[in-house]
Amino acid sequence: MSSETITNGWELVIGLEVHCQLKTRSKIFCGCATSFGDAPNANTCPVCLGLPGALPVLNAHAVELATRASIALGCTVHETSIFARKNYFYPDLPKGYQISQFDRPLATAGAIVVGVQPDGTPRVIRVHRVHMEEDAGKSVHDRFADMSAIDLNRAGTPLVEIVSEPDIRSAAEAGAYARRMKQILEYADVSDANMEEGSLRVDVNISVRRHGDAALGTKTEIKNLNSFSAIERAVEIEYARQCRVLTEGGVVEQQTMLYDDKRNEVRPARSKEGSHDYRYFPDPDLPPLRLPSAFIKHQADALPELPPARRSRFAAQYGLPENDVEQLLATRELADRFEAVASASGDAKRAANWMLGTVLASVNASGLALSAHPVSVDRLAALIKLEVAGDVSNTAARQLFAMLEQQDGEPLEVARAAGLLQVRDDGALVGWIDEVLAENPAEAARFLGGEKKLQGVLVGLVMKKSKGAADPKKVNQLLAARAG
Amino acid sequence: MSSPAWFERLRAHTVDDAWRTYDAVQAGPEGLNAFLAVDRSARGADTGRLAGIPVAVKDNLATLGLPTTCASRVLAGYMSPFEATAVRRLREAGAAVIGKTNMDEFAMGSSNENSAFGPVRNPLDRERVPGGSSGGSAAAVASGVVRIALGSETGGSVRQPASFCGIVGIKPTYGRVSRYGLVAYASSLDNVGVFGASVAEAALGLEIIAGHDRFDATSAAVTVPDLTVATTVSTEARPLAGLVVGRPVEYFPASLDARIAEQCERALQLLRDLGAEVRDVSLPSTELAIPVYYIIAPAEASSNLARYDGVRFGVRAAADDLGSMYERTRSGGFGDEVTRRILLGTYVLSAGYYDAYYRRAQAVRTLITQEFAQVFASGVHVLFTPTAPTTAFRLGEVSDPYEMYLSDIFTVTANLAGVPAMSQPIGTVDGLPVGGQLMAPHFGEATMLRVAAALEHAQRAGGMS
Amino acid sequence: MSVTPDDVRHVARLARVGLTEARIPSLVSELNGILAHMDVLQQVDISGVAEDAAAAAAPLRDDALPSDALQRARETFAPASRDGFFLVPRLATHGALGASASEEA
Repeated sequence: MSSETITNGWELVIGLEVHCQLKTRSKIFCGCATSFGDAPNANTCPVCLGLPGALPVLNAHAVELATRASIALGCTVHETSIFARKNYFYPDLPKGYQISQFDRPLATAGAIVVGVQPDGTPRVIRVHRVHMEEDAGKSVHDRFADMSAIDLNRAGTPLVEIVSEPDIRSAAEAGAYARRMKQILEYADVSDANMEEGSLRVDVNISVRRHGDAALGTKTEIKNLNSFSAIERAVEIEYARQCRVLTEGGVVEQQTMLYDDKRNEVRPARSKEGSHDYRYFPDPDLPPLRLPSAFIKHQADALPELPPARRSRFAAQYGLPENDVEQLLATRELADRFEAVASASGDAKRAANWMLGTVLASVNASGLALSAHPVSVDRLAALIKLEVAGDVSNTAARQLFAMLEQQDGEPLEVARAAGLLQVRDDGALVGWIDEVLAENPAEAARFLGGEKKLQGVLVGLVMKKSKGAADPKKVNQLLAARAG
Repeated sequence: MSSPAWFERLRAHTVDDAWRTYDAVQAGPEGLNAFLAVDRSARGADTGRLAGIPVAVKDNLATLGLPTTCASRVLAGYMSPFEATAVRRLREAGAAVIGKTNMDEFAMGSSNENSAFGPVRNPLDRERVPGGSSGGSAAAVASGVVRIALGSETGGSVRQPASFCGIVGIKPTYGRVSRYGLVAYASSLDNVGVFGASVAEAALGLEIIAGHDRFDATSAAVTVPDLTVATTVSTEARPLAGLVVGRPVEYFPASLDARIAEQCERALQLLRDLGAEVRDVSLPSTELAIPVYYIIAPAEASSNLARYDGVRFGVRAAADDLGSMYERTRSGGFGDEVTRRILLGTYVLSAGYYDAYYRRAQAVRTLITQEFAQVFASGVHVLFTPTAPTTAFRLGEVSDPYEMYLSDIFTVTANLAGVPAMSQPIGTVDGLPVGGQLMAPHFGEATMLRVAAALEHAQRAGGMS
Repeated sequence: MSVTPDDVRHVARLARVGLTEARIPSLVSELNGILAHMDVLQQVDISGVAEDAAAAAAPLRDDALPSDALQRARETFAPASRDGFFLVPRLATHGALGASASEEA
């Protein structure tokens, strides 16, 4: 894990605010669908349009998922929390306020491990709070000349907002926190948590201070980050800027910045007069959310196995190196599929190699989802078993895999039909060896006379004669025995 | 068993009768201006407890087929794409919704002089106000166009006009009637209320619209008792024997108009004659109610009215940029009182003032609520007070905003505490109606209506009011 | 607490109510007049009042469609719409970066 970033005595201090869309079927306060990509405003109703007289009613599943997310992040879930109105004007905010939570959030005081410190102890970033709120709609500014187009399909999608403590000390660490956060939320099965699709959004709060100071410097907020690497790039840029300003004797202004991915720039957003006055007050349309402790415990029990537990288990159960484990855990889908293949084939190491190598390469090249890959768990497991048994060589296995991507059929049958099965039958092998020796009398004589280094050449000729079907190990054994 | 007389009167008042009366009272310079929109084709259904019976609906309840303007320019012509639960239930009972009634803009007012579409006149004296904010619905019932009308209450906007117009007006327990479709003014105080030409008719209207609604998270999952049975007056000589009526001394201050006090004391004596015990009680925080109300209500209103921005519905002012569109739409669309309350509400919620004003007001509100609970727990079944400190004043007579707010001094406490309350005519002063108010514990409408019906019956029997 | 003309301007800005300068003085005196009556609340002892006094709990609904359907098409009540979108004039200071998560930026 990279250590703190301190340049010229300026220490980088970062907190991340993550907004995560919960994967419910309907919106948080109404029965409209949360599905993506429908016609503009197709999924709206009086409630999420903020029409006069409309009222919010809370979605039970959103509460379940928010609770699970909070538990997965190590937070204390509060039995009573209160929805509050955050009042401001924006065209994609129908009511002129967002229903959120303010001083009585759903959960507080969690933490996630983002890596290991130089001394071997875990590097922990604390989570300050998790609260529930509704998403706003979308504004499209470039579709019609001089007008902005408002689509409220997204308005009312349930969100959890996850706020970290300002514990993060480097750009790499910020990226690691965001990646780990995504992983946890995905594993907890509460969200697709996809930055590119917008189900996971990350804002960065960044400030610098003199190394050793306890007080925090003035922070700026960076928005419009659409990937983990964008987070890291934006942090580097803004850190450099703040250091420059302060070194020149200037003052960092509190403002909101936007990251421009195309130009790799961080620029101020529209500057308004100072910070906002959201005039938070408890929403009188929603009584307090009261969660019995039995409910909270039930959500904890319902949580799927999370990355930290799975990480330890992979290392212990499969004896895989740390690097492989990390890669396999990258998504829950990959981890689940690996385990299925490992279990069905009985060889975790080979399963790991196949998944991380050939399978991922194939998935990346084709653009298909892992779950849609034509080589199923069972077929891959069968292929691995053939490899383990020595029925196919490593090379043949790779050819076989490529064939299985194009056609149905059990690996054994496909291999047999394509002549990929290794021949280990002594009779056949001896026959080929005899032929090669006969066709190459000079080399044969020298080999049989004691020039062991010719064995490789002769094995190669046998392989060629058998069109690769001979088991090279056995050929070697037989030739070596011949030499005496 | 034959229908009670009140129901016969209700059934006999057909839609055609309604239109005849409407044509007589609505139009012209001296017209009541009680209605903002009408549907002459409304006939209702053939079946249901209100089959074919004409009703009027305050213009802050969303309706299909008629505009919902809340008497504001910002919603001029707005056709809601959904209907309020309370209105839907009236229709399901067969009622004919003949029109939307005038009101103070966004329900902010106590005289119906704050409408963008002109004030409403009191049918009993056209130089005077009908009360507010549900002045139009009160005038519609008092003039005889309809015998049942829906209004809304946030600080007394059904009871006070009922008092000024000499009719019955009920504010149910908060949560008794769904607020889905009631355009929000102050969400923790708003109620749909019912006007009736008699206690029984108002009770019937309430019974039909009341009950849990899954579209309102503050809607109470409490069974609605049979309220019309509650209003069937027993033939016993002392039907209220065993009942304790509280007389909160803070509602009978020395400064109260002596003639209004006299009407109240007469009503209390009637209640004694009916067998009730009248007991003096104290609600010491009463004097704090108006300041508490005028912090909480504008605060919630400032947030509830943020949606009137010209983006998705309603009127939009012409502008080249978004900021100007917001400001012109809202400054052009909101009247003075609405603007004043939005500013006041925004101020008390703003940074630095939230604790001192809003949070503190909510805490004092809890004290007020607890005082009611304590009084009711001490063996008192209902409370009796004057509804308003005055009779109907003249149009234009009260110009100071805070003086206008004081018109709600006896009514806001029930909204703050969420208890059911109602007004019924108990007499006149200089020919103008005086209303007497009953209040009951949460969900105590049945008891409250029982007392109200007995009082009404006794008054009619005694040739009073 | 005394309301100043700047307070009124600030609050009008927050609420987007667009006041003319001419209205400010009367609003200042009206608001001060009203707020003066609220001062009595400062004397009240609220130390014994619990914040979570009410017993109510938010009811939870099933995660299911549909919502309350609109009985009229959006186009019938939208002040400006095209291709299904609601249209509004551009923010005066808005540039090309379309980050839409409402940053009241």
